[in-house]
Amino acid sequence: MAHAEEVKHDQTLPPNPETATLEGKNKFLGFWFFLGGETVLFGSLFGTYLGLRNGVADGPTPAELFHLDLVFIMTMLLLTSSLTSVFAMIAMKKGNFKGLMLWMWVTVILGLGFLGFEIYEFVIYVNQYELGFTTSAFSSAFYTLVGTHGAHVTFGILWIITLLIRYRKAGITLTNAPKFYVASLYWHFIDVVWVFIFTVVYLMGIGG
Amino acid sequence: MGQHADPSAPLQGEPSKNTRRKLAKEMRYQTISFVFMIFLTSLAFLTIASDTIPSGFAIPFILIIATVQVVMQLYYFMHLNEKGTGWANVMLWTGVFVAALTIATLMLLIGVIKF
Repeated sequence: MAHAEEVKHDQTLPPNPETATLEGKNKFLGFWFFLGGETVLFGSLFGTYLGLRNGVADGPTPAELFHLDLVFIMTMLLLTSSLTSVFAMIAMKKGNFKGLMLWMWVTVILGLGFLGFEIYEFVIYVNQYELGFTTSAFSSAFYTLVGTHGAHVTFGILWIITLLIRYRKAGITLTNAPKFYVASLYWHFIDVVWVFIFTVVYLMGIGG
Repeated sequence: MGQHADPSAPLQGEPSKNTRRKLAKEMRYQTISFVFMIFLTSLAFLTIASDTIPSGFAIPFILIIATVQVVMQLYYFMHLNEKGTGWANVMLWTGVFVAALTIATLMLLIGVIKF
């Protein structure tokens, strides 16, 4: 049947499956609108932190709290997870569904590692340094900024896991390619925010 | 894509030779920019870890490094350098512009600028 032939022909892998449909294009564009707004959200939290970071009251100072080695490990985990999600997208464009799933799972595991270290860090601050959320203006701003980023990491992990389970047997389709693509964009954005957090919060907290 | 395409059917077939060449090139670029980003990150940490570098130099230096890294992330990992990303660029850079104003405003209003 000619019709069936045509359908089959239309299912061949396009060079960019994530933007091959109008829905995919709209997802991509809408997601960048969202990321513009997220930038402003984090901008306001960074501004607050920079305004309040010297207000330590009687609590511990950033230089007493922060340890470079822990932050360095966390940074490496998150940077590497950014690369693995790039590998996942390249696998997707090659039509390699197994590769897409594998690299996305690696991304999730690295993200979980990052989150584990962050929780460990906060527990230490609260228990050993007695830095509660209301200890000082610095501590409120610090927990809000870094905690909001941590919440984004948590959300990103749950998002990617949901996609991985939902589409575990689906193969690469025109429906799920944009979804994986947008999830990986979100993951990169988390990494972008972290670059400024480790620079402005941790490195400047220790060095200046 | 023709209108007969079923969006939930798995895509068949191999990428064209041209696509494959493009992807191999992309992979190379991504890996190189990742290595460069790791290098920049390590440089920033070393700048702060060493006691001999005065903070008057170190702070602007690590801020520049962070900016370079973020631009690399945006343009290589998030593909903002590709065709058809005009509006994506507009939205992101508008966001950055508003965020910069917000940061400056908040710092002036609630804090003393001290770098």
